[in-house]
Amino acid sequence: MGGSIETLVNREYQYGFVTDIEAESIPRGLNEDTVKLISAKKGEPKWLLDWRLKAYARWTTMQEPHWSNVKYKPIDYQDVIYFSAPKPKKTLGSLDEVDPKLREMYGKLGISMNEQKRMNNIAVDVVMDSVSVGTSFKAELSKLGIIFCSFGEAVREHPELVQKYLGSVVPHSDNFFAALNSAVFSDGSFVYVPKGVRCPMELSTYFRINAEGTGQFERTLIIADEGAYVSYLEGCTAPKRDTNQLHAAVVELIALKDATIKYSTVQNWFAGDENGEGGIFNFVTKRGKCAGENAKISWTQVETGSAITWKYPSVILQGDNSVGEFYSVAVVNNHQQADTGTKMIHIGRNTRSTIVSKGISAGQGNNSYRGQVKVLPKAAFARNYTQCDSMLIGNRCGAHTFPYIEVQNQTATLEHEASTSKIGEDQIFYLTQRGISKENAVSMIVAGFCKDVFKELPMEFALEAQQLLGITLEGSVG
Amino acid sequence: MLQIKDLYAKAGDRDILRGITLDVAAGEVHAIMGPNGSGKSTLAQVLAGNPAYEVTGGSVTYQGIDLLALQPEERAQQGVFLAFQYPIEIPGVSNAYFLRSAFNSIRAARGQEEVDPLEFLDYMEKKLELVDMDVEMLSRSVNMGFSGGEKKRNEILQMAVLEPRLALLDETDSGLDIDALRIVASGVNALRRPDNATIVVTHYQRLLNYIVPDFVHVLAHGKIVKSGDKSLALELEAKGYDWLVEPQGALAS
Repeated sequence: MGGSIETLVNREYQYGFVTDIEAESIPRGLNEDTVKLISAKKGEPKWLLDWRLKAYARWTTMQEPHWSNVKYKPIDYQDVIYFSAPKPKKTLGSLDEVDPKLREMYGKLGISMNEQKRMNNIAVDVVMDSVSVGTSFKAELSKLGIIFCSFGEAVREHPELVQKYLGSVVPHSDNFFAALNSAVFSDGSFVYVPKGVRCPMELSTYFRINAEGTGQFERTLIIADEGAYVSYLEGCTAPKRDTNQLHAAVVELIALKDATIKYSTVQNWFAGDENGEGGIFNFVTKRGKCAGENAKISWTQVETGSAITWKYPSVILQGDNSVGEFYSVAVVNNHQQADTGTKMIHIGRNTRSTIVSKGISAGQGNNSYRGQVKVLPKAAFARNYTQCDSMLIGNRCGAHTFPYIEVQNQTATLEHEASTSKIGEDQIFYLTQRGISKENAVSMIVAGFCKDVFKELPMEFALEAQQLLGITLEGSVG
Repeated sequence: MLQIKDLYAKAGDRDILRGITLDVAAGEVHAIMGPNGSGKSTLAQVLAGNPAYEVTGGSVTYQGIDLLALQPEERAQQGVFLAFQYPIEIPGVSNAYFLRSAFNSIRAARGQEEVDPLEFLDYMEKKLELVDMDVEMLSRSVNMGFSGGEKKRNEILQMAVLEPRLALLDETDSGLDIDALRIVASGVNALRRPDNATIVVTHYQRLLNYIVPDFVHVLAHGKIVKSGDKSLALELEAKGYDWLVEPQGALAS
């Protein structure tokens, strides 16, 4: 029986295949000309090029941050390919025009678009290697005035919206990785939901890194106008690679008065092999701004992949009575390292935030929660509830918690609960004694531990997340 | 059905079972009695495959196969069930999901089709009646916030759902009031069939008024020191264990 657990441990990363599609890449390295070339290839207006160049200039003055609790070999930023677009690139009217090889790839990923569209009622905008190749449900959404398209298209079709909001939450100078992204971002998704409109379906984008050595620099911008509602799902898989792949995305959310944005992520990028070789370096800046009264932004993330995760989806609670939420499950196995958490910045009166973080460490994985709750002087009666739980599987892994709390208004109420537990041998024995395999027993215990987060995910995503967790932890007990 | 031969086991450095030999045939109920620390519970745990115990000698043959070579889940799939003395809590996992997963795992191992949640709910209705449990218990997390009695009833519910060939009841009576005891015992009795067997581990004779054994064995210092029929249990009730148990010093090395 020990043998079968071995087999599971040694099972190849399920989505570790490479699709043989001709990619148009630019030479490795980064300088001002690279930025200009990317912008030119995308046919961008001058204001955007200028913005990129400003970001690039700023980036050259910045240092890669090393305050997080992760260790990795230095990244050679001149050895990265900063742009690659699948060919042939042409405007597609329907899915039938999508390259059959791409469609085969969707099949392998379990994203049959037609089926997804009909059965799941999800509009899927597939981002593969930096350029969107197909956007669905567009007509239906546009009837409601909802814009859901690639970032590049938004720049062409809705420049006034992009110009108004781009960098308004994450400025080009925000941090090293955000500045890098601002300079070289290739594509991403754009969503605008007009006043009073409730988006009738979950919006979804599947990210995938394909061309070898290509950095992935996605830019996502979501705007919910007054009284609007939108739920956005981001799910990721990537092929197996030997060289580390750099990923530095930026996501900006803007919720105006009475608007709600729910942003859910299941991240399953290649985490490296059992010796810690390969795997994605994931340095992401995600931030939302509750710009108006009663606005609400909710982040839910399930992080199971990547060799390194550096990610702090945050909310700026500017409007009075606005609400920020962060629900997170982060799993590390083998040699994975995650330093993830959130920032809740209370600016407006009666602002409320909730943080529920579940960290699971197995193998020699290292998991850190890093969270900041900041209550500014005008944030009267601000409230925060933080719950931060860690689960350890085996005794070679680590769990760390770094909470930062800064309160400048005496009427604020903050609660912080934290726990660390080991997965119990007695729990595993109990479940296996009922005929459940050890692997499933571990999944079940872990899923139970994560329930408070899973229940925040849309149904189909919750199931996927639970399965992913099981796959990630395979072989971790034995 | 079950042949235990000269079984030795230890937990850590401590020898607990020191040569147990016992035959159990289909249709029989055996009671294992004995003072605290005699190894009764260990025997049940070892038969179920708890990795906290190490078997250091002897053999166990169950339905012709070497039971000790099987993983706990394989034993369960072969029909071995342990009702725990201290049922384990699993936060966040609903009782219904747990029970159905167990049920389906065992079915899958036997090449049977898995049942969906609706079918399973139907199946559960009768099983719940058996232990007088409300359907609401299914939506609660496994054993979380259950009273002692509820936990024990939940064990018997699991037994009813999984329909084992060999049921091991480890101190199922401990912590039960008389009403709960009756419910638990009637549940166990309802599950008795000519083709299955039950081993009841208990400290007190009380449970055996309700689950009547065919054989009673007294364990002391990891060995069976006396076997008899159900009258032995009554004798123990009257006389205690002292007359059967040598002082520990005589055995300790």
